[in-house]
Amino acid sequence: MSKYSPWIALVVAGLWIAANSLMPDNAPEDFQLAAFGKLPVLSDGRNKPFDTIARNALVIIHGRQTLRLENGTRIDAKRWLADVLFNAPVADEYPLFVIHHPDVLGMFGWEQHDRKYFRYTELIPFLEKIDTQGQQAQAVESARRTPFQTAIHNLRNSLILYQRLKNSLRPEVTQGFFDEITQFSRAIPAGMAAMARREKGESFNRREFEFFVGLAARFQTMGEMANILPVPPAPESRGPRGEWISVGASLLQAIPTGKIDEVTKIYAQVGDAYHDGKPEVFNGEIQKLTGWMSRNEPGATNHAAYEFLFNHLAPFYQAMGLYVFAFLLVCGSWLGNDRRLGVAAFAVLILALVVHTFGLGFRMFLQGRPPVTNLYSSAVFIGWATVIIGLILEKIYKDGIGSACAAVIGFLTLIIAHHLASGGDTLEMLQAVLDTNIWLATHVVTITIGYSAMYLAGALAIIYIVRGVFTSTLTKDAVQSLTRMTYGVICFATLFSFVGTVLGGIWADQSWGRFWGWDPKENGAILIVLWCAIILHARWGGFIRSRGLMVMALFGNVITSFSWFGVNMLGIGLHSYGFMNKAVPWLAGFMLSQLALMTIASLPLERWKSFRNG
Amino acid sequence: MDQHRQTGCPAVSPAVIVVLRRVLEVLSSLKLTILCLALAMVLVFVGTLAQVSSGIYDVQHRYFQSFIVWWHPTPGGPGIPVFPGGHLLGAVLLLNLIAAHARRFRWSWSKLGIHLTHAGLVVLLLGALFTDLFSVESFLRLAPGETKNYSEDSRHMELVVSTEFDNELDQVTAIPEARLRKEGVIAHESLPFRIRIRRFYQNSRFQPIGKAPPNSVPAATQGPGAGTVVYEVPRATAMNERDLQSAVIEILPPGDDGKSLGTWLVSDQLGAPQSISHAGKTWRFAMRPARYYKPFSLTLRKFQHDRYPGTGIPKNFASHAVLVDSERGENRDVLIYMNHPLRYRGETFYQSGFEKNETATILQVVYNPSFLAPYLACILVGAGLLYQFVFHFVGFLRRRKRLSSP
Repeated sequence: MSKYSPWIALVVAGLWIAANSLMPDNAPEDFQLAAFGKLPVLSDGRNKPFDTIARNALVIIHGRQTLRLENGTRIDAKRWLADVLFNAPVADEYPLFVIHHPDVLGMFGWEQHDRKYFRYTELIPFLEKIDTQGQQAQAVESARRTPFQTAIHNLRNSLILYQRLKNSLRPEVTQGFFDEITQFSRAIPAGMAAMARREKGESFNRREFEFFVGLAARFQTMGEMANILPVPPAPESRGPRGEWISVGASLLQAIPTGKIDEVTKIYAQVGDAYHDGKPEVFNGEIQKLTGWMSRNEPGATNHAAYEFLFNHLAPFYQAMGLYVFAFLLVCGSWLGNDRRLGVAAFAVLILALVVHTFGLGFRMFLQGRPPVTNLYSSAVFIGWATVIIGLILEKIYKDGIGSACAAVIGFLTLIIAHHLASGGDTLEMLQAVLDTNIWLATHVVTITIGYSAMYLAGALAIIYIVRGVFTSTLTKDAVQSLTRMTYGVICFATLFSFVGTVLGGIWADQSWGRFWGWDPKENGAILIVLWCAIILHARWGGFIRSRGLMVMALFGNVITSFSWFGVNMLGIGLHSYGFMNKAVPWLAGFMLSQLALMTIASLPLERWKSFRNG
Repeated sequence: MDQHRQTGCPAVSPAVIVVLRRVLEVLSSLKLTILCLALAMVLVFVGTLAQVSSGIYDVQHRYFQSFIVWWHPTPGGPGIPVFPGGHLLGAVLLLNLIAAHARRFRWSWSKLGIHLTHAGLVVLLLGALFTDLFSVESFLRLAPGETKNYSEDSRHMELVVSTEFDNELDQVTAIPEARLRKEGVIAHESLPFRIRIRRFYQNSRFQPIGKAPPNSVPAATQGPGAGTVVYEVPRATAMNERDLQSAVIEILPPGDDGKSLGTWLVSDQLGAPQSISHAGKTWRFAMRPARYYKPFSLTLRKFQHDRYPGTGIPKNFASHAVLVDSERGENRDVLIYMNHPLRYRGETFYQSGFEKNETATILQVVYNPSFLAPYLACILVGAGLLYQFVFHFVGFLRRRKRLSSP
């Protein structure tokens, strides 16, 4: 291999990132959906661009960030959302709703199909059934739901979200929304007058009254259904506390003055233009909106633009690719016994870490929070911290082991994060008890670094055992250096796990009034601390040597996973805000694999390939 | 609380010394440390899983705040000791730690971190013991405008008997739940009658006699209990449930041979107190949550519950209250909200919840004299581990450098 290989690897990796980032967001279309995707709105309590709403809703309902049609065409999230918002009849025909569970399909009288995506129009006959069954399931605690109940509950939630989206910016069924609101603004004076006369018991114009009240009721329903609040608090029509409001609410607010909000009017025209297939009008109105927003809501507009950029750059996705590349390079360096490839792997890992750090930092900037605020971000952070520790090990030992662990754990944690994102918004607002940056920055970060170190120790142990049992490469030197590394990493894990756990206790003392309550998540943390203490004492007492240390480090993987995920699956306790049960089989599988490795490690040493000949 | 007393050894024979030395050896051994830590892990793990079915409160008492974990093959039947409880393991670890350091302590800079860490652990364990022994948790529920100078226990009841003392004061006699649970006859000098606790129900449900199955017997002969049937139900285990205690009491005249005045059903669920006339006075009695009186009062001005706009996600809970302490001449506004409790006179008031359509607040009140121990422990252990880690890491790096550049 040439001496330039590290540089070649770096250039390849850099080109890959550039290609991903610079690729146009969508092929040139008549409708400028990118500009639409950047517009700021308020949803789930925070300002975000349409692009984020589109991606999150699609992930929740469809299970992925792009919609795939039966013929294989892919539809970008923004375009899908535009169809849902402005052109419901088209959106209703997309194979959107993902249904896996055979019993749910059976409830509809469908045999298990070879497909799992269904159109809204196909589900219409069963809406009532889904609603009743879903409500029944909702009454059951999430941890105690059967798989069928979970499936029907999710389906019901998806349908609710979908219907709310459809009525957020424009009524699902309308002949022309701009006309409708124009007529409404004209009908207000006469309608109000008729209403006043009716209340006094005088004769009134029934037709005018009914027209006005009918529209007002329609907008009220729309406002109640909306889950996107696109109208900013304009100076003259501020909400109760200067809050963003829905289109429906904004129309009702026009009643006293008869004047409809500027943004609401533009959105009505945007919707009509999209619905009627008039790109020039659509683009012109979107441009008007963008201008209006950057003049009147510069903060929200910039924030939305940054978030759009973040979605587009997808730094964690790119880092994932780089970790795979780095791992392949390490493998190459081992197989070819080539130091240069090892250096190349290290260089690519550094680049991956830069991208990973950029993503982490960008998220912190967008959220205005410390790095870990939910299970999703804990996975991203665990990967990040492990890569750093792994790179330090690599810098010291230069044998590819640190790099390999960093690459594998970096990749796996980002995959886990990707799957944890299926709940929707990963930048969600924080519950009241979590609304404290000091503790998020100290307790949560320290304890998560503790997890990282535990996983790194476990990964080192896997390398030790696999190399020792299945290859003859585990030399005396390798045994010594791996043992040192593992021991050092466990010391590091002890420090962070202990301090993190006690800081958590202090936080609990500050907010719940007790330092320690034997809550499952607290117990998970103390299990890690106890296990670290056992390993260290066993080593100091000489009860274990290299192999014992490795077996115990492997079990550390099991305990850390229990603490990180397992306790959340019990569905009890004060920390169960990060609940998920889809991962149960994966978690069980991982734990079993670790136990299997421990069993392999317990084979007598003469069965180990590396020690067979003395 | 169990009490352990160790007997001294006045006459010291060589055999005793040998045995003692052996005991000290075991007590200070690293093997014992590892054994206790391993047992603690099993206990914590099983105790976590047990919370799914038994509820956190029950598990805390049975597994962690006990010397022995008992297994009851039949509910209510005799127990079999199956595992050391949290208190026992904590105590042995503490003794082990102290004994080991007493025997093997030798000063050196390289061990400074270890010593600091272990000193911190001693503080932590002692702090936990003190918390278990002396801390008291209660709740203070306030509706807007309401003033209270007491907090209430969320788990334990008391039976209060009161009568008018003069125009302004009532004479109140409170009988704690622990005494009620023992059942039997209670006589007290402040009462002109005796009370027999015929039956105490840890958790109960009521049913009007009209709706009960035929042949059901009413719980009592007097008051609402005469029209009610009581059922004993298993203890509440879910986080958001609690036991509904009740008791059937009988009022007896002071002499041993007097005729019973009747039986009554008492429970927090019944609402208004019941009363009897005896010895020329009216006596009211009721079962209510046990109260802890304070030398100051809190008045709720407003409870505030903010949500993120357009969602149901809670953003903040806050109680605006007024604290009045005439003894210390304090009269001031206080704001209690998430992560910002009020600390006053050794007690801490936390925003815990709300009720009555989000207008009334629920504050958790904790008296914990050793609340600073974890802070101190965290600093000691954190510094110790950090010192140890850095000391060895730097040493290791230096050695490697020497090796690689001869």
